[in-house]
Amino acid sequence: MTQRASRYLKLAGLEPLVVTPESNFINVGERTNVAGSRLFLRLVKEGNFEEALEIARNQVEGGAQILDVNMDDGLIEGKQAMVTFLNLLMAEPDIARVPIMIDSSKWEIIEAGLQVVQGKCVVNSISLKEGEAVFLEQAKKIRRYGAAVIVMAFDEAGQADTYERRIAIAQRSYRLLTEKVAFPPEDIIFDLNIFPVATGMEEHRRNAVDFIEATRWVRDNLPYCSVSGGVSNVSFSFRGNNTVREAMHSAFLYHAIKAGMNMGIVNPAMLEVYDDIPEPLLTYVEDVLLDRKADATERLLEYAETVQGKQKERSADLSWREEPLQDRITRALVKGIDQYIEQDVEEARQAAAQPIEVIEGALMTGMNVVGDLFGSGKMFLPQVVKSARVMKKAVAYLTPYIEEANAISGGGHAAGRVLLATVKGDVHDIGKNIVSVVLACNNYHIVDLGVMVPPERILEKAREERVDIIGLSGLITPSLDEMVHLAKEMQRQQFTLPLLIGGATTSKAHTAVKIDPEYASAVVYVPDASRAVTVVGDLLQAERSEGYKRALKEEYNTFRSKFRQRARAKDYLSLAEARANKLRLDWKPEAIPVPRQLGVQVLETLDLRKLEPLIDWTPFFRSWDLHGKFPGILEDEVVGAQATQLHKDAREMLRQLIRDHSLTARAVFGLFPANTVGDDDIEIRRPEGATARFLTLRQQGDKRDGVPNLALADFIAPAETGIQDYMGCFCVSAGFGAKELAGKYEQELDDYHSIMVKALADRLAEAAAEYLHREVRIRYWGYAPGETFDNQALISEAYAGIRPAPGYPACPDHLEKQTIWEVLDVAGSIGVELTESLAMWPAASVSGYYFAHPRARYFGLGKIMRDQLEDYARRRGIPVSEAERWLSPNLAEMS
Amino acid sequence: MPDLNTILRERILVLDGAMGTMLQRHKFGEADFRGERFRDWPQPLQGNNDLLSLTQPEAVAGVHRLYLEAGADIVSTNTFSSTAVGMADYGMESLVGDLNRAAARLARREADAMTARTPDKPRFVAGSIGPTNKTASMSPDVNDPGYRAISFEALKADYREQVDALLEGGVDLLLVETVFDTLNAKAALFAIEEAKEARGLDTPVMVSGTITDASGRTLSGQTAEAFLISISHATLLSVGLNCALGASQLVPYLEVLASRADTAISAHPNAGLPNAFGAYDQGPAQMAGQIREYLEKGLVNIVGGCCGTTPDHIKAIAELVKEFEPRAIPNSKKVKG
Repeated sequence: MTQRASRYLKLAGLEPLVVTPESNFINVGERTNVAGSRLFLRLVKEGNFEEALEIARNQVEGGAQILDVNMDDGLIEGKQAMVTFLNLLMAEPDIARVPIMIDSSKWEIIEAGLQVVQGKCVVNSISLKEGEAVFLEQAKKIRRYGAAVIVMAFDEAGQADTYERRIAIAQRSYRLLTEKVAFPPEDIIFDLNIFPVATGMEEHRRNAVDFIEATRWVRDNLPYCSVSGGVSNVSFSFRGNNTVREAMHSAFLYHAIKAGMNMGIVNPAMLEVYDDIPEPLLTYVEDVLLDRKADATERLLEYAETVQGKQKERSADLSWREEPLQDRITRALVKGIDQYIEQDVEEARQAAAQPIEVIEGALMTGMNVVGDLFGSGKMFLPQVVKSARVMKKAVAYLTPYIEEANAISGGGHAAGRVLLATVKGDVHDIGKNIVSVVLACNNYHIVDLGVMVPPERILEKAREERVDIIGLSGLITPSLDEMVHLAKEMQRQQFTLPLLIGGATTSKAHTAVKIDPEYASAVVYVPDASRAVTVVGDLLQAERSEGYKRALKEEYNTFRSKFRQRARAKDYLSLAEARANKLRLDWKPEAIPVPRQLGVQVLETLDLRKLEPLIDWTPFFRSWDLHGKFPGILEDEVVGAQATQLHKDAREMLRQLIRDHSLTARAVFGLFPANTVGDDDIEIRRPEGATARFLTLRQQGDKRDGVPNLALADFIAPAETGIQDYMGCFCVSAGFGAKELAGKYEQELDDYHSIMVKALADRLAEAAAEYLHREVRIRYWGYAPGETFDNQALISEAYAGIRPAPGYPACPDHLEKQTIWEVLDVAGSIGVELTESLAMWPAASVSGYYFAHPRARYFGLGKIMRDQLEDYARRRGIPVSEAERWLSPNLAEMS
Repeated sequence: MPDLNTILRERILVLDGAMGTMLQRHKFGEADFRGERFRDWPQPLQGNNDLLSLTQPEAVAGVHRLYLEAGADIVSTNTFSSTAVGMADYGMESLVGDLNRAAARLARREADAMTARTPDKPRFVAGSIGPTNKTASMSPDVNDPGYRAISFEALKADYREQVDALLEGGVDLLLVETVFDTLNAKAALFAIEEAKEARGLDTPVMVSGTITDASGRTLSGQTAEAFLISISHATLLSVGLNCALGASQLVPYLEVLASRADTAISAHPNAGLPNAFGAYDQGPAQMAGQIREYLEKGLVNIVGGCCGTTPDHIKAIAELVKEFEPRAIPNSKKVKG
């Protein structure tokens, strides 16, 4: 073996982790352990690896430096689960950046894990339990796979439970490893067994202190190795009493880390700050851990009863009202408490020379605290929106006084003026409103032009209001073109204002490739609201601005050339080849269910109470920049508290909406005889005998062998089979009343509830689509009369059949909505209109088709080639240039 | 003959340049690739450069000779794709043993002949082991991120077959190069350790990764340091970088490796970046000019060329390195373990 220059434990995921004597305690994430997390266990059992990955992501985002993955459960095929999960995990760069700890008691699972991870892992664990031969054989293999190893203090006689046994086994293991198989000592991590204390059993009294002392001995006598352990074990006797457990964990860690324990599994939510452990709790806990008193356990138990559940009874604490004025104002802003703000602001106004000073002084001081907390990830968007509500209320209170003073002196000033608008043809504004609130909080003056704003008006207002930045938002794909158009106009009219781009369909790629080249000044893609403040700040800061703009141009330029290189590398089939590789289903007349009720039907009002259980909450949280799956997000270590509060507020509002009937949900749908004609079109027969045609688009990416190039038309029987097939289409809306209600809240300066109404209406519309789809399957079409899925299964689309929506990945063609509108008379029957960009109004609406074939599935069209564009234009009867305008986001870049 | 470890401490060693670029100059057609032996082979064979070790051996030997004359200390065998998985496109899985043995013997013959001419400058043969055309830790299908086109076991078995044949053919060292997926490299290293153990050999091993773009990461996403850590379990003669980028672009990543590795450091960059037509047009003087930065900063112990480089490039590099001291190797005391 070779002598190492630096004998530190070095691990790697996509990025390195080097453990030096200066490193802080290394925290191992254990929620991806079926024994450590019930949720993870359930997800793995269900094969729901996608959500299981979210747990891993949360762990890494929450600060885990190593991920422990364990699949040891009687009901799981452990080897397969380990390989599947690790393979998927490797495809997520933000998770795979940390090293993996492959945790199993079965060697075959460990080896399978080692074979799929490129980085340097830790194996958890091996021991002398089955003797030296097996131990050395496994160690040699681990070495050859390039992993570090956890060695359990366990031998042929059992688990080490005394100081002497711990150090004897550690020493023997160390010698065998370093001398017999040349295992590098820095790659050895000892788990010296953390066992519970205060169990009442005499032989457990020294469990903690023996661990700590053995740790010290190991670190002093066995050079370069590390010591690890699972901390929560130590407090096992106090399950249910978190006050005591949290204190025990931190006191234990405090002493164990001092003795040399340098990594371990700790739940950060179950940890008190050592210095904050109150007396006499600290003394009692340390007496137990360090075995300092004969009656230590009795005393701690006695004390534990007095703190049992104490934390649950905290009532509203108003002591902060006694604090100095600035502290009260800051607290009101940070906590979003609007109850006393006018009173406090009045007090500040009386003390100030000018009323404007209250805004520039006390209120901005408070908002700066909010900004800092938000910027450092300690506050979350819903909290900031609540802060903004308090701020607005304060400003509104001061405005009359300021105007009065201004009449004498002149105006106040803002950090900068930002114009925001949702572009022509688009009606979606939740994201834009959030950006507006966040920027306003940071003292920017916002000129919000609302939705469906034509470009002329945006530019006219930008001049008139002398704004410093223009921000555009959009959700549907035609909005992307609108943004390109506006950039061109800005260039033509010689604007130099920075242009911000945001909204769900926008992307860095589209901004860099399509918008940035059209405009000589800065164009910035803003991926989420929290990013807006930094971007605007950088753009307007006099010293940094020029450099930042230049850097942006270069960044987008580089991104563009890389993007083009990648795009070229992709292979596409001609339309003819793609059609030749279509999905060919085996059509049998008896397998095609005939709808019980053909033709068009209108449901005037849907009961919101029936929709509520079908709400998919995950996207709701996403619209507030809280990322994570529901319901797991409610218990998330970082955003859990906020998510829980938001969920509570949302359900409260929902109950109110139901009570007041202030939102109305309506639906129209039709079921028709249908057949595929030509290759990619579906012809339906309307009840009066006329026909209509849905045009579908076909994937042209070069697929692996055996994988078809799909079009939705493949899910309907071709006319030439002579078999009668059926399909449906629908539109639902839950947006009637949303605009009025949101407007009412806006007038009350309550952005929090205004955004909430719109976000809820969106979720209700999706729930209505889910509800209607089920009704169609069970009742109107009736092909699944016995279907009994629970709500979660519905949301995860476990049923047969699909309802793809025009404008989404399977059929990005928005023009199809015109056909649906005509066939169902959507505007006439339920009042949902289409804008010139074919967005639906009210915005909280969903439209789509129904396909019933059990093999029908959602897919992404991907990019199409010019030959299909031309063929499509011919089928649609429109000029190629017009087709190109509608389908440009899906058109492959040709070089 | 002095061993590599000793020579590495005395001077900077020169690795050869591109094999493919040189073979293309012969403009071999389908019939030349086939030769007599594979006249009736069912698949087309043009483009299977590794096959030329069997069908046009003198052309391959000629390339080695030119590089040795240009001053290369190490020539690498014409076996970059000579694994079962690499040969599957041509249906030539069964020829892996022949290909590697023949290529190793050709290089051995030329290196020994040159050593006899210049005994003060012994020449070495490195068995070239490419990354194969499959990735063990990435899915080729974006819609199915959990899918893998090849397993660790399969890769390990293929590499073992190649390594055994290279060793039988008489190579002095093994060069695992153009590593774009570290898991592939780990499978190769696993196979090498097994083969060395089975044969009781202590053959030195070089590993050379590829940073694919300005992100500073391998194709499989690792940073240079993470890559280094992930292969450091093997006993290595050197760690380095090759291909994908030109000499200048490699500097920041070589600096990372040079400051952290306790083995020798190697670099064999391309002759610049490919131009719009996919050709490399950095000339010998220009490339050597860029490599001068490695030497002035004391970053490398072994340097050579990858895609687009020719004997002229290697000659320029060989002249240049004479002026410089090698990088000090931290792991200076070799202890048998």
